[in-house]
Amino acid sequence: MRRLTLILVPYLWLLALFLIPFVIVLKISLSDIALSIPPYAPQLDLSAGWQGVKDFFAGLDFENFVFLTTDDLYWKAYLSSLQIAAVSTLLTLLVGFPIAYGMAQAPDEWRPTLMMLVILPFWTSFLIRVYSWIGILSNEGVLNQFLMWTGVIDSPLLILNTKTAVYIGIVYTYLPFMILPIYAALERLDGSLLEAAEDLGCSRTTAFWLVTVPLSKNGVIAGCFLVFIPAVGEFVIPSLLGGSQTLMIGKVLWEEFFSNRDWPVASAVAVILLLILVIPIVLFQRQEQKQREAEG
Amino acid sequence: MPQTVFAPWDDPNEKPLISFQRVTKRFGEFTAIDDISLDIFAKEFFALLGPSGCGKTTLMRMLAGFETPTEGKILLAGQDIAPVPPNKRAVNMMFQSYALFPHLSVWDNIAFGLRREGKDKGAIETRVNEMLKLTRLEKFKSRKPHQISGGQRQRVALARSLAKAPKLLLLDEPLGALDAKLRQDTQFELMDIQEKTGTTFVIVTHDQEEAMTVASRVAVMDEGKLMQVSTPDRIYETPNSVYVADFIGDVNIIEGRAHQTGDNVQVIWAEGQPPLMAKTQNDYALDQTCWLAIRPEKVAISAERPQAANTVRGKILDIAYLGNLSTYHVELPTGHVIKAQEANTRRIARRHFTWEDEVWLSWTDTAGVLLDR
Repeated sequence: MRRLTLILVPYLWLLALFLIPFVIVLKISLSDIALSIPPYAPQLDLSAGWQGVKDFFAGLDFENFVFLTTDDLYWKAYLSSLQIAAVSTLLTLLVGFPIAYGMAQAPDEWRPTLMMLVILPFWTSFLIRVYSWIGILSNEGVLNQFLMWTGVIDSPLLILNTKTAVYIGIVYTYLPFMILPIYAALERLDGSLLEAAEDLGCSRTTAFWLVTVPLSKNGVIAGCFLVFIPAVGEFVIPSLLGGSQTLMIGKVLWEEFFSNRDWPVASAVAVILLLILVIPIVLFQRQEQKQREAEG
Repeated sequence: MPQTVFAPWDDPNEKPLISFQRVTKRFGEFTAIDDISLDIFAKEFFALLGPSGCGKTTLMRMLAGFETPTEGKILLAGQDIAPVPPNKRAVNMMFQSYALFPHLSVWDNIAFGLRREGKDKGAIETRVNEMLKLTRLEKFKSRKPHQISGGQRQRVALARSLAKAPKLLLLDEPLGALDAKLRQDTQFELMDIQEKTGTTFVIVTHDQEEAMTVASRVAVMDEGKLMQVSTPDRIYETPNSVYVADFIGDVNIIEGRAHQTGDNVQVIWAEGQPPLMAKTQNDYALDQTCWLAIRPEKVAISAERPQAANTVRGKILDIAYLGNLSTYHVELPTGHVIKAQEANTRRIARRHFTWEDEVWLSWTDTAGVLLDR
């Protein structure tokens, strides 16, 4: 009985906060836009009895999904989101791995401090941190002023409102999610493995590629998923830093929902996004499972 | 056909494979190795024995190249190895934790060093299979390290470190993680493999029995110094100090003052007791403090007073029954507790002595070793 209760808690949580909302969104995506409150039809009318239920299901269709294929804005936005997420994941990895490696190499007494510094940005509101990047990256921003003062450039670099700014924003925001799992993997790495590799004829560099990298693989994979999955649906960073040209599905979704007030299309966009993300999420789960099995 | 005894250390014409020359190693304020000079010869099975923190592992890590001496030189086959990095040394090490690569199979672990040498595929395959056969691991070659037992892992580690056919193999507490029974089997296996491959082995251990079993010579270390370097039997029979006598095996130490006539020494050890008789090659000044070390198995125990150079009377305080042996702890009227060991050739029910029995202990004048430090 106790065990059942324990298992029930997470399932109830998932039911209430994931499955039910998802069913609602799915239902809206199958509905039609309507000038009413809420702005879609049909509504389930239980007072009409069985006939009401039948009418309700008859009113649902895949029209909105079909609509998404007619306008190339949508698939372009999906593709662009995936591409931006992929590139920023790679960039985050390139920045995050050396940091995690450095942390794992640092003397024991420094590690808690370094860990603290990685987590510290979370203490400030995410929105404020993204806004401050506007101040740094804009044409009259800190970065351009500094570069012009040192004489590296003559005219300000156009960074804000480009994809570059989005990459910078995503890398900056999601860096801790990349660093922490890689650091966890590297910290567990037994130093005698590297000595053994050297003893068997590896130089320091080959020992790194043959031992350190494969043994931190799981951390790298976990970090990449943790960055990639939220980055695909990212809305705040592209809308604040990316300007109007940067096409990302999160922004499209926001516009459908708030500007067009087309809840059914917005929901369809969300459902497709979820389906796209299910693939990496399942892969991620599998990877975690495999790792647990290998360790257990 | 008489076999020649393997004893290159007694042959002045023999060139040592490894030569430590006045090597000192300091870590900050701490001196791990204190002015050590030591020769190790080819094909030896050399044991570095000592309590933890005595510097034996540091000494080994200097051979592997993970530490460099603060002072002094280490020669390998006549060459100073200080500037040679670990990956360029003809020395391989078997790590205490085995340090097997968890992401590689047994086969790939063993092949790891060979691949770094850039050998062709066929040669690598032949060599790895040879190693698998030597260590009886053929069945496990495609398993990952976490899928095999501790004893098997130990053999993989050995196979991996032997695969490159090093001039010198270093073993850092190789059997520490194995249980007693498996450890004994593995000790003989190690000796067997050492003999088959003709590799020079240097083993670090804190287990004196292990060192005695496997090694051709043992170096007893304490606080960064070599206390004695000799064959196991000489270390056991003629220790050069109380420290070595006490560290290796069980021993009775009786402190006294020496009265020497020729090679006979009378040891005045207690008020009103007849002196103990011992033979020695050394010279002792009159009344010089000395220690008589006698192994328990060389002390006889009897009910009647026997005819012997040394006899003392006491009461049995304790009996440690070890199955094949019993150790009697006998308290003398002077307060000394002497251990005497007897083989249990009879069933336990027919044992002569029991607790509180008055017994005589005796030993000859050559049974003990007289030590001056």
